Amino acid sequence: MTISGRHLRAAACATVLVLAMADSASAFTVCQVTDTGGIDDNSFNQTAWQGVLDAQEQLGVEGRFLESQAETDYEANINSLLGGQCGLIVTVGFLLGDATATAAAANPDQKFSIVDFAYDPVVPNIMAQVYATDQAAFLAGYVSAGMTKTDIVGTFGGINIPPVTIFMDGFVAGVNYYNDQKGTNVTVLGWNPETREGLFTNNFDSLDDGRAFAQNLYDEGADIVLPVAGPVGLGSAALADELGIEQLKIIGVDADLYLTDPAKQHVYLTSIVKRMDSTVFQVIEAAMTGTFEGGLIVGTLENGGVGLAPFHDMEALVPDELKSELETVRARVIDGSIEVGN
Amino acid sequence: MSDAPKLDDLSRKLLERAAPGRAQFEDLVVVPVFAVIVALILGALTMLATDVDLPTIGRSYVALLQGSVGSLNAISETLTAAAPLVLAGLGLALGFRTGLLNIGAEGQILMGGMAAVIVGFSFPGAPFVLLMPACLIAGALAGAAYASIAGYLRAATGAHEVISTIMLNLISYRLIDYLLRQPWIQKEGRADPISKSVPDSAELPRLLEWIDPNLRVHAGVFLVLIAVLVVYWVLFRSKIGFEFRASGESPDAARYAGIRSGLIIVAAMAAAGALAGLAGANQVLGVLGRATPGFSAGIGFDAIAVALMGRSHPFGVLLAGLLFGALEAGGRQMQVDAGVSIDLIGIIQALIIVFIAAPLLVRAIFPWGFRGSDKAKGPTP
Repeated sequence: MTISGRHLRAAACATVLVLAMADSASAFTVCQVTDTGGIDDNSFNQTAWQGVLDAQEQLGVEGRFLESQAETDYEANINSLLGGQCGLIVTVGFLLGDATATAAAANPDQKFSIVDFAYDPVVPNIMAQVYATDQAAFLAGYVSAGMTKTDIVGTFGGINIPPVTIFMDGFVAGVNYYNDQKGTNVTVLGWNPETREGLFTNNFDSLDDGRAFAQNLYDEGADIVLPVAGPVGLGSAALADELGIEQLKIIGVDADLYLTDPAKQHVYLTSIVKRMDSTVFQVIEAAMTGTFEGGLIVGTLENGGVGLAPFHDMEALVPDELKSELETVRARVIDGSIEVGN
Repeated sequence: MSDAPKLDDLSRKLLERAAPGRAQFEDLVVVPVFAVIVALILGALTMLATDVDLPTIGRSYVALLQGSVGSLNAISETLTAAAPLVLAGLGLALGFRTGLLNIGAEGQILMGGMAAVIVGFSFPGAPFVLLMPACLIAGALAGAAYASIAGYLRAATGAHEVISTIMLNLISYRLIDYLLRQPWIQKEGRADPISKSVPDSAELPRLLEWIDPNLRVHAGVFLVLIAVLVVYWVLFRSKIGFEFRASGESPDAARYAGIRSGLIIVAAMAAAGALAGLAGANQVLGVLGRATPGFSAGIGFDAIAVALMGRSHPFGVLLAGLLFGALEAGGRQMQVDAGVSIDLIGIIQALIIVFIAAPLLVRAIFPWGFRGSDKAKGPTP
C-alpha cells in the first residue's frame, strides 16, 4: 500500500513538473512595470496593460505586472523582472526612461519596450513607443472651443514632461485654430505653450488634487477642463458630476473614459485616445515573431495610434455643423495642411 | 551559616545583570515574532476575503520568502531597502528614548538627500575620498539643522514636536519642489522637477557589481552597521546618552539632577535629524543618483514603525529594518509570481505594527508562548 501510494505521489509530481515545464516552454511571458498611477487607473497604465491582455487572448502569451508605488521603485521593479523569466519587459511612462536605459545596457539580451520615451541614439534592445498626441488633442481643442459657453476652457497636467505637455500643446493649438477660423476669443487657462509653464499637480495619483485643480479652473470661468494626469482626472470628473455637465465638462485622456469610468461616464465630452494597447500589442507580436528591433513606433492620427473618442451621451449636444467641421479638420491634420506642432 | 543567604543574594543580582529576565526577553523577541506570524495569517485571510484561491496564497508566501532571502539578488534587494529604514529608524529610536515623538523623519530625509545631491554635483572633479564623505556629511548636517528647528521650538516655546515635525514635513515637500525647479539644480533639458545627477565619485559604490551588474546593494550597508554601533555606544555608554535616557524616563527628575533639558531636546532632535539626513543621502548616493520630488518614498514614516518594532534599541532597529526591507523586496516578487497586489504588503506591515503596539493582545492570542512569565518573577526558593 505504502509503495503504491509513494508511486502515485511520484507520478503526480512528475506530471506536475512536466506540465509546468511544458507551460513555461510554450508561453511567451510579457512583464510590465507601471508608473505610480497603478494598473487600474482607468487611463494611462490600464490602457498599456490592455495591450498585454489582448495579446494574452489572441497570441496566448502570459502576462505579469508590477506596480510602482513611488519613483524609487522603478529600478527595483525592473530588476526583479530580470533573470530570464520575461520574454519582453514593457515599462510604462516617461519617468521610467533612465531606469529602462540602465537596465537595457546591463542586460543586452533582454528585450525591452517603453511607452512615451524615445532614445537618441537608438538602443538596440529597446523598442520605444511614442505618440503624436498633439494631433488628437488639436481636435479636442477645436471641439472645446466650439462647445464652451463661457469662452474659457482649462487644462492642467500631472508633471511637466513632454508626453504630458504634448496634450496641452495640441489642445491650445486647436483652440487657437478655432479662434482664427471663427474670429472668436476663447482662452485656455493652465498652459502657456511659449513659456512652457502651466498648472501641474506634480503627481499622477492624487484624486484630491484633480478635484482641487478643476475647481480652481471652474472658479476662473472654465466650463470644459482637460486633466492630463492619468487617474488624477477622476477627481475632476467627480467635481463635474456634482456641478452638473451644464456647468463643467471633462475631456478624458489616454483611454475612452466613457468606457473605462462607467460611474462618471456622463461628464466626459470626449476623450483624447492614445492607443497604447495597440502599440504594446504590436511590440509583443514583433518580439514573438522575431522581428523585434531597437527603434521607434509612432502612433499618429493617420495610423490610428491616437484619436478622438465618440461623444457618446453628448452626441446630441454637439451641433452637426461642428461635427462636420471636425471631419474636415481631421483630414487636414492628417494630410499636413494644418500644422499642429509649434 | 549566616553568610549563605547573602552570597545567594549577590549571585542572583549578578545573574540578573548578566541575563535579563524572561519578561524582558518576551517583550523584545517573543511579541514581535508572534506579531509577524499573526500578521501573515491575517494577511492570508485578507487574500481569501478578496477571492484569491488557496494555491495562489501559498505561492505568494513562497514568493515573499524567495524575493527576500531566496537568492543573491533577493538578499541584495532586502539590504538595499533596509538600509535607509534602519538609518532613519535609529534616529527616531534615539528621539523616542529621549521622550521625543519625532514624526519628521520624512522631511529630514528629503533635506538631507537634497543637500547631498547639491554637494555632489557641485564638485564633479573632486576625488572620491573627499567628495563621497563630504556628501554624507552635508546630508547629515542638513537633516540635523532641519530637525533642530522642531527641537528649538520645543525647548524655547514648548511647541509640541509632533505638530511641528509634521508641519516641517509639509514644508519640506514644497521646498523640494521649488528647489528642483531652480536652474542651477534642475537637470539640463528637463522641464519637470528633477535634479542633476551626482558624479560617480560621489556615489556609494555598489559592492557586488562584479558578480552581476543588477545587484544594487551598495556601501551604505557599512554606513548602517557603523551607525548602529555608534548609536548603541552613545545611548548606553556615553554621558550624553545617559542624559538622553534620563530625560526620556523622567524629565522632572532629570532636570532636578542638573541635566539641561532644553539643550538635551535640541541635541536629541539634531542627532535624530542627522541620522535621517544620512538615510536621505544614502538613497540619493547609493540608489537613485539624483533627487526627484518623491525620493523619500515614505521611508520616514515606515521608519517610525521600524523604531517601534525595534523597541527603540539599536540592535532591535537593525533587525526590524531588515524585516521591513525583506517585506518590501519580497512584496515585489509576490506581485510578479502570484499576481497578488503589492498593497497587501502594506496591510501585513500595518498588522505587524498593530500587534506590536498591543503586546497584551498577542499575549491573549498565544497564552502558551508566555507561560511562566508571572511565576518566574515570583520569589522562588
